[in-house]
Amino acid sequence: MNRSAADWVRLSAFYALVAIIIVVSIFPFYYAILTSLKSGTAIFRVDYIPVDFSFKNYATVMTGRNFIRSVVNSVLVAGTTVLFALFLAVTASYALSRVRFRGRALLLVTILGVSMFPQIAVLAGLFELVRFLGIYNTPWAMVLSYTIFTLPFTVWVLTTFMRDLPIEIEEAAIIDGATPWVIITKVFMPLLWPALVTTGLLAFIGAWNEFLFALTFTISETQRTVPVAIALLSGASEQEIPWGPIMAASVIVTIPLVVLVLIFQRKIVAGLTAGGVKG
Amino acid sequence: MANRNNSRPIGRELDLEAQRRRAAFLFLAPMIIALFCVAAWPLLRTIYFSFTNTSLTDLYGGEWIGFDNYLRRRELSSGRVVWRGTLADPAWWNAVWNTVRFSVISVFFETVLGLIVALVLNAEFKGRGWVRAAILIPWAIPTIVSAKMWAWMLNDQFGIINDIFIKLGLIERGIAWTASIDTAMTAVLVVDIWKTTPFMALLCLAGLQMIPRDIYEAARIDGVHPVKVFWKITLPLVRPALMVAVIFRMLDALRIFDLIYVLTPNSKATKTMSVISRENLIDFDKFAYGSAQSTLLFAIIAVFVSLYIWLGRVNLSGEGNR
Repeated sequence: MNRSAADWVRLSAFYALVAIIIVVSIFPFYYAILTSLKSGTAIFRVDYIPVDFSFKNYATVMTGRNFIRSVVNSVLVAGTTVLFALFLAVTASYALSRVRFRGRALLLVTILGVSMFPQIAVLAGLFELVRFLGIYNTPWAMVLSYTIFTLPFTVWVLTTFMRDLPIEIEEAAIIDGATPWVIITKVFMPLLWPALVTTGLLAFIGAWNEFLFALTFTISETQRTVPVAIALLSGASEQEIPWGPIMAASVIVTIPLVVLVLIFQRKIVAGLTAGGVKG
Repeated sequence: MANRNNSRPIGRELDLEAQRRRAAFLFLAPMIIALFCVAAWPLLRTIYFSFTNTSLTDLYGGEWIGFDNYLRRRELSSGRVVWRGTLADPAWWNAVWNTVRFSVISVFFETVLGLIVALVLNAEFKGRGWVRAAILIPWAIPTIVSAKMWAWMLNDQFGIINDIFIKLGLIERGIAWTASIDTAMTAVLVVDIWKTTPFMALLCLAGLQMIPRDIYEAARIDGVHPVKVFWKITLPLVRPALMVAVIFRMLDALRIFDLIYVLTPNSKATKTMSVISRENLIDFDKFAYGSAQSTLLFAIIAVFVSLYIWLGRVNLSGEGNR
């Protein structure tokens, strides 16, 4: 085989690999969309390309069984959790990244440790706390419990981000007599926006997808978040699983996420790797 | 810093430092209190519950029973000795085995496939942005949704996976992937690997991009074979990033709950420690027993993390390299 032929083989093998990666990544979601557009018995026929375009399943989901209520719950819970975590994390990260004090490294590792917690280990204790506070079966139970994974993560990423900001800006502010609070709100906040968007988005996705706490701390259908609603979506009878509406609901809650992720691609990748590799 | 010190009285400088430190503690306090309330306190309570006979309906009515939830020796009237408690419970050890098997296999495949995808993304080619966008989709899909999507694709009668396999002549009759004891674990592994490989790939890619390009250039000029370049240059240099990524994934895999709860409910072949703990805690009203199991899971993970950090000398705080 001459050189150009070998190159050609190598190149086509490479593009074949690329094609496989793309198909495997996208196909399940594509198939969910395809299934959600079928109605009646068409759903039991395997198709590889879309032939039916019926929105009946979407209508079923939107009109029945508190689905919209679940979406609203999820948005409220995830939104509140993110705001809460960001507020606590910005001030804490300033202290962790800019002020030298004893035990700082230990504190950072402890925070990281909390984010790696098996959530089941706190479930019993949190259940008691949630009952004690009287917030069982309310969105507040989720807002409280989601802090356990959103807060360590936001603190961690914002701390690594702030460490990289030039120290000169802060020194100039100190010379001008600015207090730490003023430094955070007036000097750091404008620089922090990109990092805040990234961490906020990742925390939002985490809260939006959470299942264990949401399943355990809610009992009535009206209080459920989207993942619980989809997991427990049932048909007229026990045996009959309503695949069409389940796929429609799945597509409805996934499309906004996919759109967000594709828009903020670069930021998300930066945020994910800052939490992992650089840390 | 030094020349600024000269130009200003020492006393004021110390004052400023003290003021900064005071402010730091004030800033840290809310976060520490919040984490104490949602992490440390509930954990301590879970551990406490595991030594009592508390029930779900009467959280404050439990009595201290020592290690009975873990292991208890009981002598029957016939004189035979039986052991009770989690540590003598075959269902628990089945869950431990399932969890370990799931974690090791899934993390292994995710690391290998993630590295391959990362190497592809690290190459310069047209349409790279599209590939990166495509692999972000499995990551962005909620776990519950991907579990449902795959449950449908793996359906025994109408699933597309069986259809593909039958058309390719690999199988004759549809397989009940999620329901059958033999294939349930495979199904869970496939879905988890599908969903999490992108995350691994992105972490690996970040590690790969930190390798200076001129090293490859030098290797190419010296005529080193690409395979050798991978084993001798790429892998050693990407190892630190890979170590951190593997520990993150491993910890995540050890606590898996949602995917298994939805994809293969009540299957003995896939029930993990988290699943069995929650089942006892909430569904079976064996609150204290479930607490003991979740305490054990916590202990296992804590030991694993300490060992890993100690053996791998992983610098997690990121302070040293600055």
